Amino acid sequence: MSSVLTIRDLQVSVEDVPILRGVNLTLRQGEVHALMGPNGSGKSTLAYALVGHPKYEITGGSVEIDGQSLNALDPCERARLGLFLAFQYPVTIPGVKVSDFLRHAVTNIRNPHRKEGEGLIPMREFRKELKQLMEELGMDTEFARRYLNEGFSGGEKKRMEILQLALLKPKFAILDETDSGLDSDAVRVVSEGLRKLAGPQMGVLIITHHERLLEYNVPQYTHVMLAGKIVETGDATLAHELHNHGYAQIRERHPVEAAEERDRQQRFATATAGK
Amino acid sequence: MSTELTTAEEIGVGEYRYGFHEPVEGYVFRGRKGLNRDVVAQISEMKREPEWMRQFRLDSLELFFQKPMPHWGGDLSQLDFQDIYYYVRASDRQEKSWDDVPDDIRRTYDRLGIPEAEKKYLAGVKAQYESEVVYGSLQEDLANKGVIFTDTDSAVREHPDLVREYFGTVIPPADNKFAALNSAVWSGGSFIYVPKGVHIEFPLQAYFRINSENMGQFERTLIIVDEGASVHYVEGCTAPTYSTESLHSAVVEIIVKRNARCRYTTIQNWSNNVYNLVTKRAMAYGDSLMEWVDGNLGSKLTMKYPAIYLMEPGARGETLSIAFANRGQHQDAGAKMVHCAPHTSSRIISKSISKGGGRSSYRGLVKMQGDAHHCKSNVVCDALILDPQSRSDTYPYIEVDQDDVAVEHEASVSKIAEEQLLYLMSRGLTEPEASAMIVTGFIEPLVKELPMEYAVEMNRLIELQMEGSVG
Repeated sequence: MSSVLTIRDLQVSVEDVPILRGVNLTLRQGEVHALMGPNGSGKSTLAYALVGHPKYEITGGSVEIDGQSLNALDPCERARLGLFLAFQYPVTIPGVKVSDFLRHAVTNIRNPHRKEGEGLIPMREFRKELKQLMEELGMDTEFARRYLNEGFSGGEKKRMEILQLALLKPKFAILDETDSGLDSDAVRVVSEGLRKLAGPQMGVLIITHHERLLEYNVPQYTHVMLAGKIVETGDATLAHELHNHGYAQIRERHPVEAAEERDRQQRFATATAGK
Repeated sequence: MSTELTTAEEIGVGEYRYGFHEPVEGYVFRGRKGLNRDVVAQISEMKREPEWMRQFRLDSLELFFQKPMPHWGGDLSQLDFQDIYYYVRASDRQEKSWDDVPDDIRRTYDRLGIPEAEKKYLAGVKAQYESEVVYGSLQEDLANKGVIFTDTDSAVREHPDLVREYFGTVIPPADNKFAALNSAVWSGGSFIYVPKGVHIEFPLQAYFRINSENMGQFERTLIIVDEGASVHYVEGCTAPTYSTESLHSAVVEIIVKRNARCRYTTIQNWSNNVYNLVTKRAMAYGDSLMEWVDGNLGSKLTMKYPAIYLMEPGARGETLSIAFANRGQHQDAGAKMVHCAPHTSSRIISKSISKGGGRSSYRGLVKMQGDAHHCKSNVVCDALILDPQSRSDTYPYIEVDQDDVAVEHEASVSKIAEEQLLYLMSRGLTEPEASAMIVTGFIEPLVKELPMEYAVEMNRLIELQMEGSVG
């Protein structure tokens, strides 16, 4: 049976400021969706709210996987249900070896009912799998011995996210600007990597400003976000159009949201001026 | 999820694994509580010591009475010197085979895993129980090369010349109140002599165990590494959890001669009712290397600042220290580097973790005195604070008389970032697992310096400390 991630009328606040104002989106395993929108429209907020960032408070609506609500679950429980976020800015964790971290992660994801302190997956098996995946993604296996994201270049960090995606094989993957800040070679590597991984077992939500990632991973659906709402949904041609012409036409077609966007920008400017 | 863990923390489950005490019948000797000349004289008499040592003890006792309590560092106001047993002997012999160690004492060491460790990766072992060493071993080939590894009491009898030459020379009794106390009532501890050019491949380990309530343990360790020789000495410490306080006040003196190397590793995991007030000092001569690797996880209050006096050109000193202060604990730890000669170098790396209202302080001194020119010292202190109730302080002191020197000091204090937790949890790690992983990573630069078995043990201890960390 194919799984489905259902986002229904989702409202999210950050420090009591409402950001998302009723987002609806249905993502099925095997589908590729693109999520686009101008800066500040709430794309990353959606990503963080889905993954369970404690600062992003769900004030209304719901997120469900196959009917099970995620609203009250912590990030670890959500991950064990098959949700994955490739972070826009992966954090550095000094002293934690990539391989140690990944072995814990993969053990928990594959054995979601594992109790703390129960054994990890066998080392040999894990090493073999990791080595193979790294080679497929064109990564130096030396990376497994490095500390997590410490001293990694932008491209290396993003590739590390894709490696995790490959290893954890989530049902639903959200990629938050995985292609930003990369040179074109790195974008190609990441795009090809994703194309290999995405298949009938994975639903993918790609948040992006660029087209490159979408060339390799053609979306069936493109959603456009403006001022905390999805205002339009189309197919791959919509992504193409937005890339070429920007958001002016979107704002024209959705004057209420465009006005809200201006208000937000003003409020933000006032708030920062007061600091 | 958090409810269960909070309860577990409240009742202290999983916090300290070594808090058991084995009921031991028929102690050979247990003096009365309290301290005076008679108690000290009796200790000396029971040990059948030479007159010089008896006098050394009595003189030291006078110094102890004269010296004021330190008014800096930790809170010592609850420490009552008259409520402590200064000399307790559980067994009247030191055995060479674990089979001969009295069963009830041996059970403790079995539970601590010492005989097993000895079989696997140690060159020699001393096990001190209360005031006396109850078991000792040394690999035969090392003994044949002239290596001495014995308890300090036996050394006074069997190697009087060596002991008299060095005993109390690195840390004189007048050094501080607790050095004076130890000099008066010392018992047990390790004596090591490594002859010229002898390298000891595997570590020598001493294991210190307090079993009685209100016990004072005052071991005295003296290590002499002769020219071109090397040794790694490891000590571990545990005690049962009692509601009243015990005192551990050791003195450790080390002489590292020309071109020699000594590494001294401590994994201190006393229970939370132990005052751990220890003086450790090494003198490093030309082109030698002295290293302290100091892990402080247990105790109620630890005040310990392992020192290295760099006595001749080319001497190097290094201290790596980890302190973990959990609820009800104060770790006041650090290091001292005293550059007494030109062209000497030192490095201090200190990492501390405070959790559950615990307090950790780094207190360190770098001193370059007299004509100690062209010296280098590098100090790095990193503190990790896990919750708002906990505390961390840094007290770095630098005294430099010369211009031609380089002293660097870096300090940082951090909290576990929400983003780090989120990142790890979003990959399926529970919050305690994620916190433990971040903490383990934080101390990794030090743990990787430990022999593998100790590194595993250290990580396990940290994980235990991290259990129930979700409030």
